[in-house]
Formats: sequence, structure tokens, C-alpha cells
Amino acid sequence: MNFKNLREYLSWLYYQYLLITGIYVLEPWEKSIFNSILFSAIAMVIYTSYVFVPIHVRLALEFFSKIFGGQPESTMALMN
Amino acid sequence: ATSGCRTGVASRQPRQESFEQAPMYVAVMTYLGFGIVTLFGYLRDFLRAVGLEKCHLAQEREEQKDFVPLYQDFENFYTRNLYMRVRDNWNRPICSLPGPVFDLMERVSDDYNWTFRLTGGTIHNAINMGSYNYLGFAENNADFLKTVADKTRQYGVGVGSTRQEIGNLGIHEELEQLVANFLRVESSMTFGMGFATNSMNIPALVGKGCLILSDELNHTSLILGARLSGALIRVFKHNNMHSLEKMLREAISSGQPRTHRPWKKILIMVEGIYSMEGSLVRLPEIVALKKKYKAYLYLDEAHSIGAVGPTGRGVTELFNVNPSDVDVMMGTFTKSFGAAGGYIAGKKELVDYLRSHSHSAVYATAMSPPVTEQIIRAMKCIMGKDGSTEGIRRIHKLAENTRYFRARLKEMGFIIYGNDDSPVVPILLYMPGKVVAFAREMLERKIGVVVVGFPATPITEARARFCLSAAHTKAMLNQVLHHMNEVGDHLCLKFSRLKYSSCPNLHDEKDFELGS
Repeated sequence: MNFKNLREYLSWLYYQYLLITGIYVLEPWEKSIFNSILFSAIAMVIYTSYVFVPIHVRLALEFFSKIFGGQPESTMALMN
Repeated sequence: ATSGCRTGVASRQPRQESFEQAPMYVAVMTYLGFGIVTLFGYLRDFLRAVGLEKCHLAQEREEQKDFVPLYQDFENFYTRNLYMRVRDNWNRPICSLPGPVFDLMERVSDDYNWTFRLTGGTIHNAINMGSYNYLGFAENNADFLKTVADKTRQYGVGVGSTRQEIGNLGIHEELEQLVANFLRVESSMTFGMGFATNSMNIPALVGKGCLILSDELNHTSLILGARLSGALIRVFKHNNMHSLEKMLREAISSGQPRTHRPWKKILIMVEGIYSMEGSLVRLPEIVALKKKYKAYLYLDEAHSIGAVGPTGRGVTELFNVNPSDVDVMMGTFTKSFGAAGGYIAGKKELVDYLRSHSHSAVYATAMSPPVTEQIIRAMKCIMGKDGSTEGIRRIHKLAENTRYFRARLKEMGFIIYGNDDSPVVPILLYMPGKVVAFAREMLERKIGVVVVGFPATPITEARARFCLSAAHTKAMLNQVLHHMNEVGDHLCLKFSRLKYSSCPNLHDEKDFELGS
């Protein structure tokens, strides 16, 4: 399929989304309700991940580095 | 000459039947689509119950609200909330002969398919891929229909009585003789309606104390006839000989359910071509089983008579089975002969018994004379008795069209069910949104297709069913295939994961790599 521009490609992707979720058969106001619910759910997921994911990643890195970082110290102690 | 050799090969070894499974994500998306639309269905029902929305369908009256609810079962829910939204794809009015091309009346809906309004315009020359017109006998050529016109002038149109009373015309006897010759059996009887042939004659053949072993995917007319008869019905898996043999052994060894007396009769009911799957019956194996366990066989050739076999005589010819091995051969004249009605053929004693004991023979009005003459002329054409090779030419054209169409669709990547010899081609679409979009897109491109969804097929296997015809020219098929390719890419319908080598000369055997 040849898409002349990005706009046409995006509109085809939106059409696929309508077909796959079955929204294609619904009336326009029902489509808007579903789209707004889905959009707000996705927005909440993005916001939550923006707020919490860096903190969790930092804590996880600290936890794992303590396990592996602790090893060389104890081996050195054993050798000495 | 090449097609003659091909059909010889086909009778020795029936082709592969494929029922490819779609990838898992397709099933997930289908359920997701149905789930979301069902949720919205509940929402709309709630709005209707509260009163915010007008209910266009039947509703109970105020006084009956305390009674047992009439419209709350799943079927009504489905009709109200799923079918009504998209019903512009069904029941489209046609205003011309349903030949290889036809005219459709344009209609629009202002209130999301609750009501329709004809605009007055017509869609001319849409290609017809939905009518059962296998040999192209749905035609209005004045030369071909000359005998039909003559008989109408001679006998009129209505018969005005049943066969038993005073409606037995000479033309009916001629037709029955011709059908018996065509099928190479002793005798036959014809009825005015194909559905009624099944549903009204099975009760005359079996009754209480008999056992019916019916295939999973049998047509409603067979199921209705079986239920009306009062015999016990057991269903075996589609085309599965192990399941059938196991049931036969169990039935014969343990007898009737409570008394353990032997069964009066065991009747195996199968169809020649199953129209929703496009699969062919495994006739030689069933005949072997029937002879071993002394059961009777009822073969419904509604779609296969005239459409398969080297000279169009159905599955018995295709598999090289002796027609006298099949106890009751039934078929309809609607599909390959361009008329209406059905027949039952077999031994003379069977048909004579049915003449006096079948409901359809005793109470139903006899077949109309122009319809009878249409069948006679179509059958003579197929047998070659009218002195031309038109019949054989059509049969070969149908076989050629079938092979070409199926091979090209598989090459493109669609999932097609069924045997390579069957002129019924179901293309799997799965998701409800895509089914509807497919039908609408094809109509915009002036191709009329039939799509089938939930009640007629399993819920995850919605499909579009193409019926090929000998009247379709190669150019028409190429046009349809071109549009199918475009629509398949646009809607992402090419789910097949098997690889087929594309061969420029489609008369050679293809390389099948059936992996998954």
C-alpha cells in the first residue's frame, strides 16, 4: 500500500484501530465515549509511570548493586 | 484435454482439505471486539430501559412487565444490539436477474439502520459472487428459455392441487424419469421445495426406535426433519470417521437407551458439500462403514449435484462410488439448475413408499410447470441430450474457475476453508468490524458478496462466502481478485501463514507446504 503522506498513514492506523476493537460498528457518540475513556486511561498510565518509574528504577539499581557490589569486598577480606 | 486428466486424478485421490487456524492474536482481537460491542449493548439496553432512548423493536406492554420477560434472551440481545447496527449488509434488494452480474437498488438509512429508504438509484452491473448459480442456468436468454415459455403456454403457471390428488402432470413424470436416468438409479420423486424435501421426508423414513447419526455441520432442514421424526439423534464430529465408527459400534452393542433392544434402523445423514465450510464428504469411507455395520445412508447433495464430478453427477461420480450404495440420494434443483425444488432418488420400493407416505407428496402443491421445464432443459443440457456440448463446457468452466479462484486467493494469503474441488469458497474474516467493513468496501467496488456471522457460524469464525459460477468469465474473476487484493491489504485480512509457490501456468500441481 502506498501512503502519500503521514496523515494518510495515521488515518489508516486509526481505521485499523476502529476495526480491531469493533468500534467501527458503533454510533459516533459511542465512539467518542470509548475513545475518551481509553485516552484518559492511557494518560493516567503515562502520568503514573512518569512520576514513579524513575524512583523505582533507582531503588532497584541500588538493591542489586548492594548484592554484587558487596561481593568483591568480602573476597578481598578473605584473601587478606 | 488437460482438464479431463485432472478430473481423473481427482476421482482417485480427493484433494487436500485445509482448515487452517488463524494466529492467536486474531482470536484475541475477535473476542475483544465482541466484548466491547456487548458492553455498549448493555449500555444501550440500560438507556432504553430508563427511557432516555426510544426502543425501535418489540417491547412488552406495561401490564406485562411483571410477567416472564420475553425479549431478554441472548438471541434478542444480539439482534437488538449487534445485528441491527450493521444490517445494511444483508437483505439488499436486487432488481435484475441474479446472473453473473446483477443490479442492486441503492438504499440509505437515516437512523443507523433501523429504517431504510430507497433513493431510487441503481448500482448497475455489480459482479455477483453470492448467488447459487454454479452452472450459470440463471439466465434470461430467450432462445434457451423457449421450451419453458411453450410449457407455460400449455400448462399455465399454477397447478392447483397436490401430486396425490389431481396435480400429477405428465411433465412431472418426465422429470422424475430424467432425474433417475441422470443419477443412474432406479427411480426418483420430485418436490416443490428443497427445504421441505428434507424436513418432510425424513419423518417418513425413520421414526421412534430408530437412530440418526448426523454430521455436526448439517443443514437446518436435515436437523428439522430429524427432530420431527422422533428418532434419537446423535451427532458425530464433522467428517470424522473415527467418531462415526465409535458411535456406530456403541449404538449396535448397547441398543436403544433404556430397553437395550436392537435399533430398528440406523441412518447416517451427511451432505455432499457443506456450504459453510466448502468441505466434501468422505464418501468411500462412509460407504465402507455403512456396509460393515449395516446402516443406511442419506446423502444430501444440495450443493454438489451438477457442480462436482467429471460430468456433473455429484459426489458419487467424483469418488467413483456406485450410486446404488447410497440408500437415499437427495438433492435440490435450486443451486445448479436455476430452478426451485428438490428430489429424492433411490430404489423403486423406497420412492413408491414415499409417494404415499411423505407429507410433502401428500399435502404440498405440485411443482409449477415452468419450473419443471427449466429443470428438464437444464438437465438435458448437462447430459448432452439436447445435442450440444454446452453442458460439458459449463461443467469444465466451473471446475476451471474453481481451481483458478482458490489457487489465486491462497497465493494472496487469505485463509480459505474446504476442498480444492468445491465451488463454495469461504474466506475467513474473524473480526466483526472487519466483516462489516469488507461487505461495504466490496459493494463500493461493485462486487456483491455474502458475509456470514455469528448464528450461522461459530462466533470466532465469521466469513465471507463466495459461490463461483460457470457464467463468470476470467475477466470478472480477475477483477474480483484484484479488488480482493486491495481490500485485503487495506483491511489487513491476509492471515495465512502457509507458503504457496506461485506458478504462472495454473494447470500444474502446486507445491503444498502444510506445516502448521
